[in-house]
Amino acid sequence: MNRIRASISTIWAVSGIVIKELYRRKDFYVLFVVTAVITLMMASVNFFHEGKIVRYLKDICLLLIWISALVIAIATTARQLPAERESRTIFPLLAKPVTRGQVVVGKFLGCWLACGIALVVFYVFFGVICLAKQDHIGFWQYFQAIWLQWGMLAIVIGMVLLGSVVFSAPSANATICFVAVVSILILGSHLHKIAITEPEPLSVLLSSLYFLIPHLEWFYAVRDRLVFDQNLIPWVDCLLATLYAAAYVAIFLCGTWMLFRRRVLTT
Amino acid sequence: MDTPKDQTKSQKPKARWAPALFLCLLCTTAFTLGAILQQRVYSWTGSGGGDLMQVLLGNGRRVLADQFFTTADIYFHSGAYPSIFDRQYPSTNSARLARGVQETPEQEDAEHDREIALLNRPIDWIERFGRNFQITKETHLSGGKEREILPWLKLSADLDPKRVDTYTVASYWLRVHLGKPKEAEEFLREGLLANPDSYEILLELGRLYFENYHDLARARNLWEAAYRRWNKREAGKPRPDLRALDQITVRLAWLEEEEGHYAQAIKWLKVALAKKASPNPEGLEARLKELQAKLKEAEAPSPAPKA
Repeated sequence: MNRIRASISTIWAVSGIVIKELYRRKDFYVLFVVTAVITLMMASVNFFHEGKIVRYLKDICLLLIWISALVIAIATTARQLPAERESRTIFPLLAKPVTRGQVVVGKFLGCWLACGIALVVFYVFFGVICLAKQDHIGFWQYFQAIWLQWGMLAIVIGMVLLGSVVFSAPSANATICFVAVVSILILGSHLHKIAITEPEPLSVLLSSLYFLIPHLEWFYAVRDRLVFDQNLIPWVDCLLATLYAAAYVAIFLCGTWMLFRRRVLTT
Repeated sequence: MDTPKDQTKSQKPKARWAPALFLCLLCTTAFTLGAILQQRVYSWTGSGGGDLMQVLLGNGRRVLADQFFTTADIYFHSGAYPSIFDRQYPSTNSARLARGVQETPEQEDAEHDREIALLNRPIDWIERFGRNFQITKETHLSGGKEREILPWLKLSADLDPKRVDTYTVASYWLRVHLGKPKEAEEFLREGLLANPDSYEILLELGRLYFENYHDLARARNLWEAAYRRWNKREAGKPRPDLRALDQITVRLAWLEEEEGHYAQAIKWLKVALAKKASPNPEGLEARLKELQAKLKEAEAPSPAPKA
């Protein structure tokens, strides 16, 4: 029991450093200011003297929030392990003693919580903008949107963490992961339809890819539901989507740990 | 005689001003070249300057304009919209969004049912589960919420002012559903300025004057101008836009009939019949006969009053 408690406090300590890093760095502030400025500029535009037009604003603001959250998640996670190696702080960290597994989980938790904090700030701004233009906002719709986006970011963070032990440079990892995430968001739900129309070896490849990739587009669809004022998603489906995200996170973290524990850290 | 020390002293102020003077010279040269080149650059782009989007995006802005027009359609259908992978039945964006203007409710429903049927057929469990998050129930904007499509139509028109559909569709929603004929007129006039040969915009402008302002004289002028533009642009084509001709001539016939000018009304219906513009020529012929009867009745000498 004491070992588990000690392990949790170690993971928590590692994650605390990552959270502190988020508010020390300028990425979040820059992205937030850019989002706010573009949204406010769009809000000030007058279309045919109609003051109550709000959906385009929600659409643009949410798109910027999604882009910003992805950039924060990928950029923050991609540099975690390589930076520790480059600055050689990984050696005193592992000598504490902290296991490599704890480092991986701690880094993941820190990045995920940091993204959660950023998301809350972004959504508070979004809520204020919406309230200024429409009479009410659905609290639970917003809750589902934040929760599912945060769940999706957990998968992305797991993926990038795995990438940081596979790829040689953080920049390459960030670029590849960003391209992969955007491709899944755009094409993920259509791969099986394309597979049907393709000849045999390619068809099998695309179908396999379709069943292997994490379907991030499910989570992205919640953004549309918020824009078009749709009803709540059934809570059971939300729970299942959360479990789906947790399963992929577990797979990615296991993969990261397996590769990281065999990695020779001296350069 | 100056000593070398004195020479350095007299040269010092000159040396101090040299960089500033050189900078002034460069600024003057840059300004002069800018003034000369500005006119030439305008002639390269053909935009007359000032249009930042034209300079930044070039012809790519047309693709963006199309995308924004599609976005307006997506908004009108509340986000339930088949992707290019779902859509097996080709249907142009203009046709979809202009359905409210041009198609009967039955046609519209049939088209929607076909598209939604495609969306409602999940292939596997991933797609079936994903449907819980997507918007699959199609609803049309109503009760004033049609305004939500307007920003995208405006942006589409800003990016591609030559896209005539954008003006006519926006005008339809503004004047019929949002009660804003003045804004619709302003937008149509913007469109007419960019497309002076457009009979579609003149037809829509005539509708606005006829249906919203009840100004029959202006409506007639606009529809007659639309007919002239149609003749100029379409008459020589192997496949002319007969649908538009039908709308112009039939509307002119209605207007003349309402004014009691039966001979003029007959003339317009005969034009529609001669050019085979109507999809329902039998109906048009029946209408023609009715008008001819009315004309005879009107021309017949009234019976002399009894003494």
